[in-house]
Amino acid sequence: MIHVRKTLVVAGHGMVGHRFVLAAIERGLTETYDIVVVGEEARPAYDRVALTSFFEVGAEALSYLPDGSYEDPRVRLLTGTQVTGIDRDARQVTLDNGDVQAYDALVLATGAAPFVPPVPGHDLDNVFVYRTIEDLEAIREASKSAKAGAVIGGGLLGLEAANALHQLGVQTHVVELAPRLMAVQIDDAGGRTLTRHVEQLGLTVHCGVMTELIDAGADGKVDSLKFKDRDEPLDVDMVVFSAGIRPRDALARDCGLAVAERGGILVDEQMRTSDDRIYAIGECAAPGGQMYGLVAPGYSMAEVAVDALLGGPGTFTGADMSTKLKLLGVDVASFGDAFAGTEGALELVFADAVAGVYKKLVVSNDGKRLLGGILVGDASAYGVLRPMVASGMELPENPEELILPASTGSGAGVTLPDEAQICSCNDVTKGEIVAVVADGQADDVAGVKACTNAGTTCGSCVPVVKRLIEDHFASIGREIDRTICEHFPLSRQELFDVVAVHGYRSFDQIIEAHGSGRGCDICKPAVASILASQFNEHVLGRNTAALQDTNDAYLANLQKNGSYSVVPRIPGGEITPEKLIVIGEVARDFGLYTKITGGQRIDLFGARMEQLPAIWQRLVAAGFESGHAYGKSLRTVKSCVGSTWCRFGVQDSVGMAIELELRYRGLRSPHKLKGGVSGCARECAEARGKDFGVIATEKGWNLYVCGNGGMVPAHAQLLAGDVDSETLIRYLDRFLMYYIRTADRLQRTSTWLDSIDGGLDRVREIVVDDALGLGAELEAEMARHVGSYVDEWRATIEDPEKLARFVSFVNAPDVPDANISFEVERDQIKPQLSSEPVTLGSHIPVGAPTA
Amino acid sequence: MSDWQQICRVDDLERERGVTALVHGQAVAIFRTHDDQVYALGNYDPFAHASVLARGIIGTRGDVPFVASPMHKQAFDLRTGVCLDDDSVSVPAYDVKVVDGTILVGPRKASTLA
Ligand SMILES: Cc1cc2nc3c(=O)[nH]c(=O)nc-3n(C[C@H](O)[C@H](O)[C@H](O)COP(=O)(O)OP(=O)(O)OC[C@H]3O[C@@H](n4cnc5c(N)ncnc54)[C@H](O)[C@@H]3O)c2cc1C
Repeated sequence: MIHVRKTLVVAGHGMVGHRFVLAAIERGLTETYDIVVVGEEARPAYDRVALTSFFEVGAEALSYLPDGSYEDPRVRLLTGTQVTGIDRDARQVTLDNGDVQAYDALVLATGAAPFVPPVPGHDLDNVFVYRTIEDLEAIREASKSAKAGAVIGGGLLGLEAANALHQLGVQTHVVELAPRLMAVQIDDAGGRTLTRHVEQLGLTVHCGVMTELIDAGADGKVDSLKFKDRDEPLDVDMVVFSAGIRPRDALARDCGLAVAERGGILVDEQMRTSDDRIYAIGECAAPGGQMYGLVAPGYSMAEVAVDALLGGPGTFTGADMSTKLKLLGVDVASFGDAFAGTEGALELVFADAVAGVYKKLVVSNDGKRLLGGILVGDASAYGVLRPMVASGMELPENPEELILPASTGSGAGVTLPDEAQICSCNDVTKGEIVAVVADGQADDVAGVKACTNAGTTCGSCVPVVKRLIEDHFASIGREIDRTICEHFPLSRQELFDVVAVHGYRSFDQIIEAHGSGRGCDICKPAVASILASQFNEHVLGRNTAALQDTNDAYLANLQKNGSYSVVPRIPGGEITPEKLIVIGEVARDFGLYTKITGGQRIDLFGARMEQLPAIWQRLVAAGFESGHAYGKSLRTVKSCVGSTWCRFGVQDSVGMAIELELRYRGLRSPHKLKGGVSGCARECAEARGKDFGVIATEKGWNLYVCGNGGMVPAHAQLLAGDVDSETLIRYLDRFLMYYIRTADRLQRTSTWLDSIDGGLDRVREIVVDDALGLGAELEAEMARHVGSYVDEWRATIEDPEKLARFVSFVNAPDVPDANISFEVERDQIKPQLSSEPVTLGSHIPVGAPTA
Repeated sequence: MSDWQQICRVDDLERERGVTALVHGQAVAIFRTHDDQVYALGNYDPFAHASVLARGIIGTRGDVPFVASPMHKQAFDLRTGVCLDDDSVSVPAYDVKVVDGTILVGPRKASTLA
């Protein structure tokens, strides 16, 4: 049988079109179909939801496909190309470049376009919309010479656009036809609260006004706005329209497909249009006649369409349009029947004009069920309230407690039913979360995230997840014990603070004052790390030597047979041929096994403890230091080759990596730290898999934090964009020191971030905005670390007292421990393990007299 | 070969750290605790099959002085050699005495000869 491959055409490469292609590849649709994606924008799909961050991070950081193509060769992407027509009989589409493309199946994912009301003057220069990267580039250009600007439309997107204008330094006015801001989501009182917040930021809000004319000045550009029933025009140099969106359904209309009354391509529950070879998904589609202006329903539609093309049963039957977001720094949430449209519905309102908080609950006539609500200024209760609506559970006795400030707004005391959906992004119920905790699969937020995906998308449910975990432990009588071990009734952070406040310099002082017993393998290294962060004394100093963990205690990595490996520092992975030769010679002369590491270094294995000083000696003489491949400290800062050599590089990533590695080397921390620097958005250094990752942009650097590889990989997240080198280092100094101060023992940056109330936003407030005023202090601490760094290995070989420890036997320093032995594999040594201790026999000469 | 073998001066040992000595042909870990008691255990970690115990961290669990193996952190009672995490496993413990500031290691303690 001849197997003929079929062709699937996707019109539109936006968020939903891209998601469709990913799902198609993952689910094997490309086994039978070649996919041709036709996208009108100049670039591949990008994160439109995060569009505003374009000003900070640039286009590459937003891109879903920086390389411009999918890995699956059966998918072809044409960017900068528009589909101009559909011939359903011939089953082909025409393109604006004159080509014709045949299809067996066609998916329309053309999205929506901003609605621009036909106000006279809407086509003048300096009138914009807010939908694409090109729109934002144009707005930024115009803002350079603009003093004042107006955003027409005070909805969600309008406020976002207004925020952007404001940040670009333009005196910003928001003009809204409705009597309040965000008219679709919140009521009058909520709107007033929001208006106050917005005006406090220095923006001007005009509600209930209709724009009649956009007037031009002599140069043909915008000069002022004229409103109906108002004499005074508003002087502005630029205008951004954000008055709603309209589905882009013209292609469908022109070829006779059914469209919904209010616009949008009519589709059934499997996303099929009235032509069953044609599907429509995302904002251009109207399942059951209704279009959805959010990305999550679009993603569901993409999955359903792939399923339908595979003959699967999936359907799309509507979506939760609840929203929670931070607009201009103000929390706003709207969920369920926010306007009390249900018959007989009652409203409970809490408002605090001074604090700028407005909360409303809509409850059923009998007061038993929560139907919906609005939260402005403090949306912390959203995580509990939204699932209460969705699950239809009975309200507690005094439902007002749910929104009163005394209850901390988190719905304390409410017991959600097991089927309550906690994470709406990933559809995770309370039952599923509690189950993984009860099974012991997870005991903290990070664990729950890894097991269930709850909280991994928008993060708004994280506080509830945290509370569910705590409630579960409380219910089984298990206290979540954050004390470090039996010797100290303190958490690591508390211990850190105690040491800082009292200026303790030794373990003895600390345990006498705050602990009991003589410590253990848990608290001693923790104290060593805390002392190192604060005083940076030598790890083998008088006060600290006995506290060091396995590898720190001998400044090398202990391997399985009791020998060590040595990893010379190669900052940023840059090394001269001469130094490479030295490493080779050292390995050869000491008979060591060599292996290239993932951190761009060379690891030398099989050194006996007593050989370490001689090896360091050779390395030091050649200008090396040994490196930290061990310990809870900075490991390496990996780099790609960067702009010096690479055709694509935009910054000197090697130079930056070297600077960072040398700056933070030796920094003791709650867990190991890794860094990476990439010279462009292609990210060859895999910096986003590191605790701190720096990625070059045209204008500077993007700083990502809290990623890691390993057992539970985490992608680092953007902390600050387009910063210069000096700012980058300042933020990194603060970030690292803040982590060192506040993290638990053995808590890597990603789990630390998960444990922080407010997550990344909170860290950004502290590190970038300096909200706690800690910045200078954190920088000073880091400066002290940098200033007091010493080469630990060199200091050891120069100090007879420290050196004395590196012997095989105190009473027989010339006798090697016979328990360490090697065999040969692939021309190098490997450990030979014995199942019993090896006896040397009594004929071996010993160094001390025998009695 | 005498039953008691002279090792080194107590003062040569740092408090709460171990050293390895060669005693009767075997690698033996010698520890000096904070209260200047001296203990000796076989250096061979039976879990990791490596001669490393002297390089572990010393501490107390309740009143029991112990060393945690530097390999995988199993704790061994310094007095008896019994593993505190799994009492079916133990390492040899040796008699120790300090004479005029010199440490002497004697025969394997009877209780651990089982
Ligand atoms: C500033 C901003 C903030 C937002 N914030 C949020 C938010 O917080 N939460 C949320 O859920 N949603 C948000 N959205 C909405 C979200 O971006 C959309 O729901 C989502 O992009 C819809 O995806 P889509 O693929 O349907 O449409 P799009 O992403 O618009 O993609 C459609 C693509 O098709 C192309 N196209 C159109 N016609 C043709 C043609 N004939 N031929 C070829 N290509 C064509 C378009 O150029 C476009 O690239 C926001 C939108 C904006 C603009």
